[in-house]
Amino acid sequence: MSFQATTSQTVGPYFQIGLARFYIDDLTGPGISGERVEIEGRFFDGDGQPVPDGVIEIWQADAQGKYAHQENSQELESIQNNDPQKKEFAQAHEGRGVFRGFGRVPTQADGSFRFKTIKPGRVPAPDGTLQAPHIAVSVFTRGLLRRLVTRIYFPDEPGNAEDFALKLVEEGRRHTLIAKKLSDSRLEWNVVLQGTDETVFFDC
Amino acid sequence: MMQSMGNFRGYRRADPGTQPNHLHPAYVSSVKRAPSKALINLPHTLSEVTGPSFDSSVIDVKASDLTRQQQGEPLGERIIVSGRVLDEDGRPAAHTLIEVWQANAAGRYRHNVDQHNAPLDPNFEGSGHTLTDERGNFKFITIRPGAYPWRNHYNAWRPAHIHFSVFGPAFATRLITQMYFPGDALLPFDPIFNCTADEKARDRLISAFDWESTLCEQALGYRFDIILSGRDSTHWEK
Repeated sequence: MSFQATTSQTVGPYFQIGLARFYIDDLTGPGISGERVEIEGRFFDGDGQPVPDGVIEIWQADAQGKYAHQENSQELESIQNNDPQKKEFAQAHEGRGVFRGFGRVPTQADGSFRFKTIKPGRVPAPDGTLQAPHIAVSVFTRGLLRRLVTRIYFPDEPGNAEDFALKLVEEGRRHTLIAKKLSDSRLEWNVVLQGTDETVFFDC
Repeated sequence: MMQSMGNFRGYRRADPGTQPNHLHPAYVSSVKRAPSKALINLPHTLSEVTGPSFDSSVIDVKASDLTRQQQGEPLGERIIVSGRVLDEDGRPAAHTLIEVWQANAAGRYRHNVDQHNAPLDPNFEGSGHTLTDERGNFKFITIRPGAYPWRNHYNAWRPAHIHFSVFGPAFATRLITQMYFPGDALLPFDPIFNCTADEKARDRLISAFDWESTLCEQALGYRFDIILSGRDSTHWEK
Protein backbone atom coordinates (compact mmCIF):
# COMPACT_ATOMS: atom_id res chain seq x y z
CA MET A 1 0.00 0.00 0.00
CA SER A 2 1.31 3.44 -0.82
CA PHE A 3 -0.24 6.82 -0.11
CA GLN A 4 0.87 10.43 -0.30
CA ALA A 5 1.00 12.59 2.78
CA THR A 6 -1.99 14.87 3.26
CA THR A 7 -1.51 18.46 2.10
CA SER A 8 -0.82 20.98 4.84
CA GLN A 9 -3.16 23.94 5.30
CA THR A 10 -2.84 27.13 7.30
CA VAL A 11 -3.88 27.28 10.97
CA GLY A 12 -5.75 30.48 10.04
CA PRO A 13 -6.58 33.25 12.50
CA TYR A 14 -8.79 31.21 14.84
CA PHE A 15 -6.49 28.35 15.92
CA GLN A 16 -6.83 29.35 19.55
CA ILE A 17 -10.24 27.67 19.62
CA GLY A 18 -8.68 24.32 18.84
CA LEU A 19 -5.15 24.57 20.18
CA ALA A 20 -5.53 26.45 23.47
CA ARG A 21 -6.35 23.35 25.50
CA PHE A 22 -2.80 22.10 25.08
CA TYR A 23 -0.96 25.40 25.49
CA ILE A 24 2.03 24.52 27.66
CA ASP A 25 4.34 27.42 28.56
CA ASP A 26 6.16 25.73 31.43
CA LEU A 27 7.87 22.41 30.75
CA THR A 28 9.50 22.24 34.17
CA GLY A 29 7.96 20.72 37.25
CA PRO A 30 8.75 18.99 40.50
CA GLY A 31 11.16 16.11 40.07
CA ILE A 32 12.48 17.33 36.73
CA SER A 33 16.19 17.93 36.84
CA GLY A 34 18.11 20.41 34.76
CA GLU A 35 19.07 24.02 34.45
CA ARG A 36 15.95 26.21 34.35
CA VAL A 37 15.81 28.68 31.51
CA GLU A 38 13.22 31.17 30.33
CA ILE A 39 13.14 31.81 26.62
CA GLU A 40 11.33 34.89 25.39
CA GLY A 41 11.08 36.50 22.01
CA ARG A 42 9.00 38.22 19.42
CA PHE A 43 7.60 37.13 16.10
CA PHE A 44 7.86 39.50 13.09
CA ASP A 45 6.59 39.52 9.50
CA GLY A 46 8.34 40.82 6.38
CA ASP A 47 7.44 44.43 7.18
CA GLY A 48 8.92 44.14 10.65
CA GLN A 49 5.41 44.16 12.09
CA PRO A 50 4.69 41.90 15.08
CA VAL A 51 2.74 38.73 14.32
CA PRO A 52 -0.03 38.62 16.94
CA ASP A 53 -1.61 35.42 15.64
CA GLY A 54 1.22 32.93 15.67
CA VAL A 55 1.70 29.74 17.65
CA ILE A 56 5.06 28.21 18.46
CA GLU A 57 5.60 24.59 19.42
CA ILE A 58 8.80 23.22 20.90
CA TRP A 59 10.17 19.71 21.27
CA GLN A 60 13.30 18.90 23.21
CA ALA A 61 15.29 16.31 25.10
CA ASP A 62 15.68 16.32 28.87
CA ALA A 63 18.81 17.50 30.68
CA GLN A 64 20.44 14.11 30.04
CA GLY A 65 19.83 14.34 26.28
CA LYS A 66 16.96 11.86 26.27
CA TYR A 67 13.69 12.30 24.43
CA ALA A 68 10.42 11.10 25.99
CA HIS A 69 9.83 8.81 23.04
CA GLN A 70 10.02 5.08 22.43
CA GLU A 71 12.63 5.47 19.69
CA ASN A 72 15.12 6.99 22.05
CA SER A 73 16.85 3.83 23.23
CA GLN A 74 18.55 5.87 25.93
CA GLU A 75 15.25 6.55 27.61
CA LEU A 76 14.71 2.96 28.60
CA GLU A 77 18.23 2.86 29.88
CA SER A 78 17.62 5.90 32.03
CA ILE A 79 14.62 4.35 33.70
CA GLN A 80 16.20 0.95 34.20
CA ASN A 81 19.71 1.93 35.19
CA ASN A 82 19.10 4.91 37.37
CA ASP A 83 19.04 4.49 41.09
CA PRO A 84 15.93 2.80 42.49
CA GLN A 85 14.94 5.90 44.42
CA LYS A 86 14.52 7.89 41.23
CA LYS A 87 12.56 5.05 39.62
CA GLU A 88 10.30 4.91 42.65
CA PHE A 89 9.78 8.64 42.47
CA ALA A 90 8.79 8.47 38.82
CA GLN A 91 6.30 5.69 39.52
CA ALA A 92 4.84 7.45 42.53
CA HIS A 93 4.23 10.57 40.50
CA GLU A 94 2.75 8.68 37.57
CA GLY A 95 4.61 10.61 34.95
CA ARG A 96 4.58 13.98 36.65
CA GLY A 97 8.29 13.72 37.34
CA VAL A 98 8.98 12.73 33.75
CA PHE A 99 10.04 15.44 31.37
CA ARG A 100 7.58 15.43 28.47
CA GLY A 101 9.57 17.77 26.23
CA PHE A 102 6.64 19.47 24.49
CA GLY A 103 5.56 23.09 24.71
CA ARG A 104 3.10 25.27 22.80
CA VAL A 105 2.62 29.00 23.18
CA PRO A 106 0.61 31.56 21.20
CA THR A 107 2.01 35.00 20.45
CA GLN A 108 0.53 38.04 22.18
CA ALA A 109 -0.77 41.23 20.55
CA ASP A 110 2.80 42.61 20.39
CA GLY A 111 4.11 39.40 18.81
CA SER A 112 5.79 38.28 22.02
CA PHE A 113 5.96 34.78 23.41
CA ARG A 114 7.78 33.08 26.25
CA PHE A 115 8.22 29.70 27.79
CA LYS A 116 10.06 28.19 30.70
CA THR A 117 11.96 24.98 30.24
CA ILE A 118 15.24 23.26 31.07
CA LYS A 119 18.36 23.32 28.99
CA PRO A 120 18.41 20.03 27.06
CA GLY A 121 21.39 17.71 27.01
CA ARG A 122 23.22 16.77 23.83
CA VAL A 123 21.68 14.16 21.54
CA PRO A 124 23.37 12.09 18.85
CA ALA A 125 23.46 13.11 15.20
CA PRO A 126 23.16 10.48 12.46
CA ASP A 127 26.85 10.88 11.60
CA GLY A 128 27.88 9.71 15.05
CA THR A 129 28.72 13.12 16.48
CA LEU A 130 26.85 14.77 19.32
CA GLN A 131 24.55 17.66 18.50
CA ALA A 132 24.84 20.83 20.56
CA PRO A 133 21.95 21.41 22.99
CA HIS A 134 18.98 22.60 20.97
CA ILE A 135 15.20 22.83 20.87
CA ALA A 136 13.25 21.84 17.74
CA VAL A 137 10.63 24.45 16.83
CA SER A 138 7.49 24.46 14.67
CA VAL A 139 6.06 27.86 13.73
CA PHE A 140 2.45 28.27 12.64
CA THR A 141 0.46 31.35 11.74
CA ARG A 142 -2.18 32.70 9.43
CA GLY A 143 -0.41 33.21 6.11
CA LEU A 144 1.72 30.09 6.44
CA LEU A 145 0.24 27.22 4.46
CA ARG A 146 2.86 24.89 5.95
CA ARG A 147 4.57 25.10 9.29
CA LEU A 148 8.08 26.46 9.40
CA VAL A 149 10.71 24.40 11.19
CA THR A 150 13.64 25.96 12.97
CA ARG A 151 15.81 25.40 16.05
CA ILE A 152 16.89 27.26 19.16
CA TYR A 153 20.52 26.86 20.21
CA PHE A 154 22.16 28.15 23.37
CA PRO A 155 24.77 30.93 23.57
CA ASP A 156 28.39 30.30 24.58
CA GLU A 157 28.06 26.62 23.82
CA PRO A 158 31.29 25.04 22.59
CA GLY A 159 29.34 22.33 20.75
CA ASN A 160 27.72 24.89 18.45
CA ALA A 161 30.81 25.14 16.24
CA GLU A 162 30.66 21.45 15.34
CA ASP A 163 26.90 20.97 15.38
CA PHE A 164 25.40 18.75 12.66
CA ALA A 165 22.57 21.17 11.75
CA LEU A 166 24.35 24.50 12.37
CA LYS A 167 27.12 23.43 10.01
CA LEU A 168 24.52 23.22 7.21
CA VAL A 169 23.88 26.96 7.61
CA GLU A 170 26.09 29.67 6.16
CA GLU A 171 28.04 31.32 8.93
CA GLY A 172 26.47 34.76 8.47
CA ARG A 173 23.00 33.40 9.26
CA ARG A 174 23.76 31.04 12.16
CA HIS A 175 23.16 33.75 14.74
CA THR A 176 19.41 33.64 13.94
CA LEU A 177 19.31 30.17 15.51
CA ILE A 178 21.31 31.01 18.64
CA ALA A 179 19.47 32.63 21.53
CA LYS A 180 20.92 35.75 23.13
CA LYS A 181 21.71 35.81 26.81
CA LEU A 182 19.66 38.35 28.79
CA SER A 183 20.72 37.04 32.21
CA ASP A 184 21.84 33.74 33.71
CA SER A 185 18.43 32.17 33.31
CA ARG A 186 16.82 34.31 30.60
CA LEU A 187 17.37 34.03 26.88
CA GLU A 188 15.98 35.94 23.92
CA TRP A 189 15.21 34.27 20.61
CA ASN A 190 13.11 35.90 17.88
CA VAL A 191 11.34 34.64 14.79
CA VAL A 192 11.72 36.82 11.69
CA LEU A 193 9.72 35.49 8.76
CA GLN A 194 11.34 37.64 6.04
CA GLY A 195 14.07 40.17 5.47
CA THR A 196 17.69 40.83 6.25
CA ASP A 197 17.68 39.06 9.61
CA GLU A 198 15.33 36.34 8.41
CA THR A 199 15.40 33.32 10.70
CA VAL A 200 16.94 30.18 9.21
CA PHE A 201 14.17 27.69 8.46
CA PHE A 202 14.76 24.04 7.65
CA ASP A 203 13.09 21.81 5.14
CA CYS A 204 12.05 19.02 7.48
CA MET B 1 26.55 7.85 25.18
CA MET B 2 26.68 7.23 21.45
CA GLN B 3 23.79 5.19 20.16
CA SER B 4 24.04 2.74 17.33
CA MET B 5 23.58 4.39 13.94
CA GLY B 6 22.80 1.14 12.17
CA ASN B 7 19.02 1.41 12.37
CA PHE B 8 18.65 5.16 12.01
CA ARG B 9 16.01 6.15 9.48
CA GLY B 10 14.38 9.49 8.78
CA TYR B 11 10.96 10.27 7.33
CA ARG B 12 10.17 10.73 3.64
CA ARG B 13 9.95 14.18 2.03
CA ALA B 14 6.82 15.29 0.20
CA ASP B 15 6.33 14.38 -3.43
CA PRO B 16 6.63 17.46 -5.69
CA GLY B 17 3.43 19.47 -5.96
CA THR B 18 1.67 17.73 -3.08
CA GLN B 19 2.53 20.33 -0.43
CA PRO B 20 2.05 24.10 -0.73
CA ASN B 21 4.89 26.53 -1.28
CA HIS B 22 5.16 29.01 1.54
CA LEU B 23 4.70 31.87 -0.90
CA HIS B 24 1.32 31.56 -2.62
CA PRO B 25 0.43 35.10 -3.76
CA ALA B 26 -3.27 34.28 -4.33
CA TYR B 27 -3.37 33.83 -0.55
CA VAL B 28 -2.51 37.42 0.29
CA SER B 29 -1.39 36.80 3.89
CA SER B 30 1.43 34.59 2.61
CA VAL B 31 3.15 37.50 0.85
CA LYS B 32 4.61 39.10 3.98
CA ARG B 33 4.85 35.89 5.98
CA ALA B 34 6.54 33.40 3.67
CA PRO B 35 10.33 33.14 4.05
CA SER B 36 12.23 34.79 1.19
CA LYS B 37 15.33 32.63 1.52
CA ALA B 38 15.52 28.97 0.53
CA LEU B 39 14.83 26.45 3.28
CA ILE B 40 17.86 24.44 4.34
CA ASN B 41 17.52 20.72 3.92
CA LEU B 42 17.96 19.09 7.31
CA PRO B 43 18.62 15.35 7.29
CA HIS B 44 16.49 13.96 10.08
CA THR B 45 18.20 13.36 13.40
CA LEU B 46 16.96 11.89 16.65
CA SER B 47 15.32 15.29 17.29
CA GLU B 48 13.07 14.90 14.23
CA VAL B 49 12.27 11.17 14.42
CA THR B 50 11.09 11.50 18.01
CA GLY B 51 8.09 13.63 18.93
CA PRO B 52 5.57 14.45 21.61
CA SER B 53 2.91 12.05 22.78
CA PHE B 54 -0.13 12.65 24.92
CA ASP B 55 -1.30 10.31 27.62
CA SER B 56 -4.97 9.33 27.78
CA SER B 57 -5.05 10.94 31.24
CA VAL B 58 -4.89 14.41 29.63
CA ILE B 59 -7.71 13.66 27.20
CA ASP B 60 -11.29 14.70 27.93
CA VAL B 61 -13.35 11.80 26.58
CA LYS B 62 -16.30 14.14 26.02
CA ALA B 63 -14.25 16.39 23.75
CA SER B 64 -14.84 14.26 20.65
CA ASP B 65 -18.55 15.18 20.68
CA LEU B 66 -18.81 18.87 19.84
CA THR B 67 -22.61 18.75 20.08
CA ARG B 68 -22.63 17.95 23.82
CA GLN B 69 -20.35 20.59 25.29
CA GLN B 70 -23.06 22.98 26.45
CA GLN B 71 -26.46 22.67 28.07
CA GLY B 72 -28.40 22.65 24.83
CA GLU B 73 -27.78 21.29 21.40
CA PRO B 74 -26.09 23.43 18.75
CA LEU B 75 -28.05 24.48 15.69
CA GLY B 76 -27.12 22.95 12.37
CA GLU B 77 -26.82 19.70 10.54
CA ARG B 78 -25.37 17.00 12.85
CA ILE B 79 -22.51 15.09 11.25
CA ILE B 80 -20.12 12.31 12.20
CA VAL B 81 -16.58 12.76 10.91
CA SER B 82 -14.52 9.60 11.12
CA GLY B 83 -11.38 8.29 9.53
CA ARG B 84 -7.95 6.87 10.13
CA VAL B 85 -4.53 8.39 10.58
CA LEU B 86 -2.04 6.33 8.59
CA ASP B 87 1.43 6.82 7.21
CA GLU B 88 2.33 6.61 3.52
CA ASP B 89 2.85 2.86 3.86
CA GLY B 90 -0.56 2.36 5.40
CA ARG B 91 0.70 1.89 8.94
CA PRO B 92 -1.68 3.33 11.53
CA ALA B 93 -0.66 6.23 13.77
CA ALA B 94 -1.88 4.80 17.06
CA HIS B 95 -2.82 6.82 20.15
CA THR B 96 -1.94 10.13 18.55
CA LEU B 97 -3.57 13.43 19.44
CA ILE B 98 -6.03 15.01 16.98
CA GLU B 99 -7.37 18.49 17.67
CA VAL B 100 -10.16 20.09 15.61
CA TRP B 101 -11.73 23.54 15.43
CA GLN B 102 -14.39 25.04 13.23
CA ALA B 103 -17.03 27.72 12.65
CA ASN B 104 -20.61 27.16 13.74
CA ALA B 105 -23.45 26.37 11.31
CA ALA B 106 -23.82 30.09 10.51
CA GLY B 107 -20.16 30.46 9.59
CA ARG B 108 -19.02 32.22 12.76
CA TYR B 109 -16.07 31.29 14.98
CA ARG B 110 -16.17 31.78 18.71
CA HIS B 111 -13.14 34.06 18.58
CA ASN B 112 -12.82 37.78 19.29
CA VAL B 113 -11.07 38.42 15.96
CA ASP B 114 -14.03 37.03 13.98
CA GLN B 115 -16.22 40.05 13.19
CA HIS B 116 -18.51 38.34 10.68
CA ASN B 117 -22.05 39.48 11.52
CA ALA B 118 -23.47 35.95 11.58
CA PRO B 119 -24.83 34.82 14.96
CA LEU B 120 -22.82 32.97 17.58
CA ASP B 121 -24.44 29.80 18.88
CA PRO B 122 -24.42 29.64 22.70
CA ASN B 123 -24.41 25.87 22.43
CA PHE B 124 -21.40 25.55 20.15
CA GLU B 125 -17.75 26.11 21.06
CA GLY B 126 -16.31 24.60 17.88
CA SER B 127 -13.41 22.84 19.57
CA GLY B 128 -12.65 19.14 20.04
CA HIS B 129 -9.87 16.64 20.55
CA THR B 130 -9.33 12.90 20.81
CA LEU B 131 -6.67 10.21 20.61
CA THR B 132 -6.69 7.72 17.75
CA ASP B 133 -7.15 4.10 18.78
CA GLU B 134 -4.51 1.42 18.20
CA ARG B 135 -5.56 1.11 14.53
CA GLY B 136 -5.40 4.87 13.93
CA ASN B 137 -9.18 5.34 13.96
CA PHE B 138 -10.85 8.51 15.17
CA LYS B 139 -14.41 9.83 15.31
CA PHE B 140 -15.89 13.26 16.01
CA ILE B 141 -19.54 14.20 16.31
CA THR B 142 -20.18 17.80 15.34
CA ILE B 143 -22.31 20.04 13.14
CA ARG B 144 -21.54 20.97 9.58
CA PRO B 145 -19.72 24.33 9.63
CA GLY B 146 -21.01 27.22 7.52
CA ALA B 147 -19.12 29.10 4.81
CA TYR B 148 -17.93 32.56 5.80
CA PRO B 149 -16.55 35.69 4.12
CA TRP B 150 -12.96 36.84 4.45
CA ARG B 151 -11.03 39.77 3.05
CA ASN B 152 -8.47 38.04 0.86
CA HIS B 153 -10.05 39.38 -2.36
CA TYR B 154 -13.34 40.90 -3.47
CA ASN B 155 -16.34 38.82 -2.31
CA ALA B 156 -14.09 36.08 -0.95
CA TRP B 157 -15.77 33.20 0.92
CA ARG B 158 -14.11 30.24 2.57
CA PRO B 159 -15.68 26.90 1.71
CA ALA B 160 -16.99 24.96 4.71
CA HIS B 161 -14.07 23.31 6.49
CA ILE B 162 -12.87 21.78 9.73
CA HIS B 163 -9.29 22.41 10.92
CA PHE B 164 -7.36 19.28 11.91
CA SER B 165 -4.12 19.21 13.92
CA VAL B 166 -2.30 15.86 14.10
CA PHE B 167 1.02 14.83 15.65
CA GLY B 168 1.81 11.29 14.51
CA PRO B 169 4.88 9.45 15.80
CA ALA B 170 7.54 12.12 15.27
CA PHE B 171 8.36 15.83 15.09
CA ALA B 172 8.79 15.20 11.35
CA THR B 173 5.19 13.99 10.95
CA ARG B 174 3.49 17.02 12.54
CA LEU B 175 0.60 18.19 10.33
CA ILE B 176 -2.09 20.85 10.44
CA THR B 177 -4.64 20.69 7.65
CA GLN B 178 -8.27 21.42 6.76
CA MET B 179 -11.04 19.03 5.79
CA TYR B 180 -13.57 20.13 3.17
CA PHE B 181 -16.96 18.79 2.08
CA PRO B 182 -17.83 17.11 -1.22
CA GLY B 183 -19.64 19.20 -3.81
CA ASP B 184 -18.90 22.56 -2.17
CA ALA B 185 -19.36 25.17 -4.92
CA LEU B 186 -16.81 27.49 -3.24
CA LEU B 187 -13.87 25.10 -3.58
CA PRO B 188 -12.73 26.25 -7.06
CA PHE B 189 -12.46 29.86 -5.83
CA ASP B 190 -10.56 29.25 -2.59
CA PRO B 191 -6.81 30.04 -2.72
CA ILE B 192 -6.11 28.05 0.45
CA PHE B 193 -7.73 24.87 -0.87
CA ASN B 194 -6.05 25.46 -4.26
CA CYS B 195 -2.56 25.92 -2.84
CA THR B 196 -0.98 22.84 -4.40
CA ALA B 197 -0.07 22.19 -8.03
CA ASP B 198 -1.20 18.58 -7.69
CA GLU B 199 -4.97 18.33 -8.17
CA LYS B 200 -5.18 14.86 -6.63
CA ALA B 201 -3.46 16.13 -3.48
CA ARG B 202 -6.11 18.85 -3.25
CA ASP B 203 -8.95 16.41 -3.75
CA ARG B 204 -7.73 14.32 -0.84
CA LEU B 205 -8.61 17.25 1.43
CA ILE B 206 -12.27 16.68 0.55
CA SER B 207 -14.07 14.25 2.83
CA ALA B 208 -16.36 11.63 1.35
CA PHE B 209 -20.00 11.16 2.27
CA ASP B 210 -20.09 7.82 4.07
CA TRP B 211 -23.23 5.73 4.20
CA GLU B 212 -21.63 3.24 6.59
CA SER B 213 -21.09 5.75 9.38
CA THR B 214 -24.33 7.64 8.76
CA LEU B 215 -26.60 7.12 11.76
CA CYS B 216 -30.22 6.44 10.86
CA GLU B 217 -32.44 9.40 11.79
CA GLN B 218 -29.52 11.03 13.59
CA ALA B 219 -26.48 12.25 11.63
CA LEU B 220 -24.77 12.14 8.23
CA GLY B 221 -21.39 10.45 8.10
CA TYR B 222 -18.28 11.85 6.42
CA ARG B 223 -15.00 10.05 6.06
CA PHE B 224 -11.63 11.77 6.16
CA ASP B 225 -8.38 9.80 6.25
CA ILE B 226 -5.19 11.64 7.15
CA ILE B 227 -1.86 10.45 5.76
CA LEU B 228 1.39 11.38 7.49
CA SER B 229 4.92 11.11 6.09
CA GLY B 230 6.17 7.53 5.92
CA ARG B 231 9.50 6.20 7.06
CA ASP B 232 12.45 6.36 4.71
CA SER B 233 13.23 3.01 3.19
CA THR B 234 16.96 3.57 3.22
CA HIS B 235 19.19 3.87 6.23
CA TRP B 236 21.37 6.84 6.91
CA GLU B 237 24.90 6.38 5.69
CA LYS B 238 27.94 8.26 6.87
